[in-house]
Amino acid sequence: MLVFLIRRLAQSAIVIAVMSVLVFAGIFAIGNPIDVLISPEADEIERAAAIARLGLDRPMHEQFLSFAGNALSGDLGTSFVHGVPAIGLVLERFPATLELALLAMIIAVVIGIPLGIWAGLKPDSAAGRIIMAGSILGFSLPTFWVGMLLIMAFAVSLGWLPASGRGATVDVFGVPFSFLTLNGLKHMFLPALNLALFKVSLVIRLARAGTREVALQDYVRFARAKGLSPARIVGVHILKNIMIPVVTVLGLEFGSVIAFSVVTESVFAWPGMGKLLIDSILLLDRPVVVAYLLVTVLLFIVINLVVDLLYSLLDPRIRLGGAKA
Amino acid sequence: MTRQEPVLEVEDLRTHFFTRGGVAKAVDGVSFTLNRGEILGLVGESGSGKSVTGMSILGLIDPPGRIVGGAVRYRGEDLVKAGEKRLRQLRGNRIAMIFQDPMMTLNPVLSVETQMVETVLAHDKVSRQQARERAREALVRVGIPSPDERLAAYPHQFSGGMRQRVAIAIALLHQPDVIIADEPTTALDVTIQAQILFEVQKLCRETGTALVWITHDLAVVSGLADRIAVMYAGRVVETGTTVEVIDGARHPYTHGLLGSVPSRNRRGEPLSQIPGMTPSLLNLPEGCAFRPRCQRATEICLAVPPLSDGGHGWRCFHPEGAAA
Amino acid sequence: MTAASPVSAAPKVETPLKRFVVGFLDSRVAMLGLVLLALVVFSALLAPWIAPQDPYDLSKLDIMSGMLPPGSADMDGNVFWLGSDEQGRDLLSAILYGLRTSLLVGFSSTAIALAIGLVIGMVAAYAGGGTDATIMRLVDIQLSFPAILIALILLAVLGKGVDKVIVALAAVQWAYYARTVRSAALVERRKEYVEAAQCLALPKGRIVLRHLLPNCLPPLIVVATVQVAHAITLEATLSFLGVGVPVTEPSLGMLIASGFDYMLSGEFWVSVFPGLALLITIVSINLVGDQMRDVLNPRLQH
Repeated sequence: MLVFLIRRLAQSAIVIAVMSVLVFAGIFAIGNPIDVLISPEADEIERAAAIARLGLDRPMHEQFLSFAGNALSGDLGTSFVHGVPAIGLVLERFPATLELALLAMIIAVVIGIPLGIWAGLKPDSAAGRIIMAGSILGFSLPTFWVGMLLIMAFAVSLGWLPASGRGATVDVFGVPFSFLTLNGLKHMFLPALNLALFKVSLVIRLARAGTREVALQDYVRFARAKGLSPARIVGVHILKNIMIPVVTVLGLEFGSVIAFSVVTESVFAWPGMGKLLIDSILLLDRPVVVAYLLVTVLLFIVINLVVDLLYSLLDPRIRLGGAKA
Repeated sequence: MTRQEPVLEVEDLRTHFFTRGGVAKAVDGVSFTLNRGEILGLVGESGSGKSVTGMSILGLIDPPGRIVGGAVRYRGEDLVKAGEKRLRQLRGNRIAMIFQDPMMTLNPVLSVETQMVETVLAHDKVSRQQARERAREALVRVGIPSPDERLAAYPHQFSGGMRQRVAIAIALLHQPDVIIADEPTTALDVTIQAQILFEVQKLCRETGTALVWITHDLAVVSGLADRIAVMYAGRVVETGTTVEVIDGARHPYTHGLLGSVPSRNRRGEPLSQIPGMTPSLLNLPEGCAFRPRCQRATEICLAVPPLSDGGHGWRCFHPEGAAA
Repeated sequence: MTAASPVSAAPKVETPLKRFVVGFLDSRVAMLGLVLLALVVFSALLAPWIAPQDPYDLSKLDIMSGMLPPGSADMDGNVFWLGSDEQGRDLLSAILYGLRTSLLVGFSSTAIALAIGLVIGMVAAYAGGGTDATIMRLVDIQLSFPAILIALILLAVLGKGVDKVIVALAAVQWAYYARTVRSAALVERRKEYVEAAQCLALPKGRIVLRHLLPNCLPPLIVVATVQVAHAITLEATLSFLGVGVPVTEPSLGMLIASGFDYMLSGEFWVSVFPGLALLITIVSINLVGDQMRDVLNPRLQH
């Protein structure tokens, strides 16, 4: 277990190193680095001063080392627009994105698993076919368009739910969260549903495929021959088996939910780090873009690690560290 | 042996599968009775309908399959007419089942304890602790060492033979009247097979449990069963006591089966082989299904032969030992 | 199965193409997808001839005909079947032209990515060893990041433009193909016919081109179909976010975005109709793709 963790952390360190080289190359080497690091409005004298201060006249590898050094100490530059450290700006927005993504995942599981199991148990029934058609549609619908339709239907026409913003928040350890207030939840629901849409389709497909496979297994027939109730067979014997692929894929997809929140947050004006990224790109606020990237990379690494741990928790056959029973 | 009240009576059971390619009559008129504590060997090659017969008894046939006729009487109660709720009360409780492949019958992601305790709790209102105690006792009974450790383990930590013992222990949890064992030793090593055979026989004798032992291996049942029913293409073609069937086989198919089993008595003689192949259930020959492979077949075999009366019955117009 | 020599190739052998066609004809849903897709592609190709108006010709636009609801006519008697936008642009025409941009981006980025991925995947499979490991490590890292994020960052660096979107999308997609090609090629490489070709001392290039490549194509086609739909969605999303195509060459995503503000005031058509066009395009491609996967996947053949 410890060996596994150490090995994984070492791998992660390598990925971070590779990514920081890529980010450095991508943002700093392509285009003029000075454009990245100081405001475009700066005059010639300021530019020259900045070049000297930032050491942009030094050779490439020295520049990279100083970039990496700064990055390690959490200094990723200052936002041109907001005039505060970029990394702080991103982290400040992070809780909003995190709670949105988590609610979206919960929605995906709560809707997707029952529908997928249903479609898997009765693949030829009308309901099963409708569920599958719905999941193809869910894969095909562009997220941002669905978001707009949701706003049109539930906010504009029906007036049930607010169309934008985060609503009332409650501070937990100094971090504001929306999901603890009714008003906040109302604001969260549409964007979370929108963000969940694609994952619902994915979960339906995984659950259906898993159920179809598992339902044919001898252990399910044996469970029936033991006289177990259908609820127990589906809820324990089948569910626990299909949860393995679902949790794995969903875990890995969590990163993509965070990434796709860029779209949803733009549609619903949700003040998370996705919206921040788009705003920063459009305003050429590049230090913030860099900070966002590195935070996301770190996040992905943590997610992958957690997924692996969860996986071993769910499937007793997986031995961490690769040892076989 | 004295005549007893039968614990299980299967009468003219018909289970058909309505597939896109036509109706497959997997079981088409199977009858047998099983007395208390008796061991019946249900013998046939794959596709003869023996497994479907076993599943039909417990009402475990899924669409496109359906029981279309006949009766399965458990202590006089017709299970074909019984509702799903009643069947569920009986399954695993009064009538238990053991499957062929022990690698597949235990759920890989649930501990042995979970899978045993849930079986106890499905039928008896006892505490989890009591259920666990019963599971432990059952493991001891089937000869599994250090049962406490084993309860906490997962199926992949067991060998094939051990898993089949667990499956048998699960079947024994409620001391059922009948156990239907569907080729439970086929997937095991020969030495393990012999152990399991011996122990199942012993346990059944001790508890008075009747056993339907489904197998393709005539040699296995001849040492185990009190009576034998031979199935071919969905029908019982010969039935009788083990001695009657093994030593006095009348149906040409039973004869063929016996001839293809190596035996000490006929050392050195070539093994015979039944010519041809098992017919497709979707396209059965008219009349006696064995007709195309049978050397004794004549015109009259175009009709379905009836099962002859008496303790030793056969379904043939030209039985062996009679004038052809 | 014994390897049939090319000389004795029986005429009755079911070719993949034939199986493919039969498989398609068998499925009504797939046929529907194919017909829809053909319709979409043709109306995009023929847009200059069938569109009622040239939406790019600013002199034809009349601000007086702005924001007309669907089906209404302006003072000159021109009917706007799907309504008009704030500049008086006929939405039907805008959609037809937008479809051209969307399809152009989708297909060309996929084609470029396919070509790159094919070469890199083949190199990885054939070179093996360190080259293979390095390439695949790179592919893994790229694939562990969502496509939209990579495309966003690339476009943030590159700037707006149809060509730039194509480059960004190709850069996002190549890794899928590289991985698919490599795994298919590795499987094919171990097969007897390749060994036979090697024994005959055929040149390496010929083995790769004439033997390996054709056999790696089926899985590639499946991935490519799905990826075209994916690329079109991505382009629409990027344009919606304002980092994709420029305003002068609006794609469907751009049209949808420009209607967003009007949607809130109840003028739904500016956003909804381009969205529907996008949806039909993607659904039809996905339906065709699903069928292709079923037909071309030998594991699903019974």
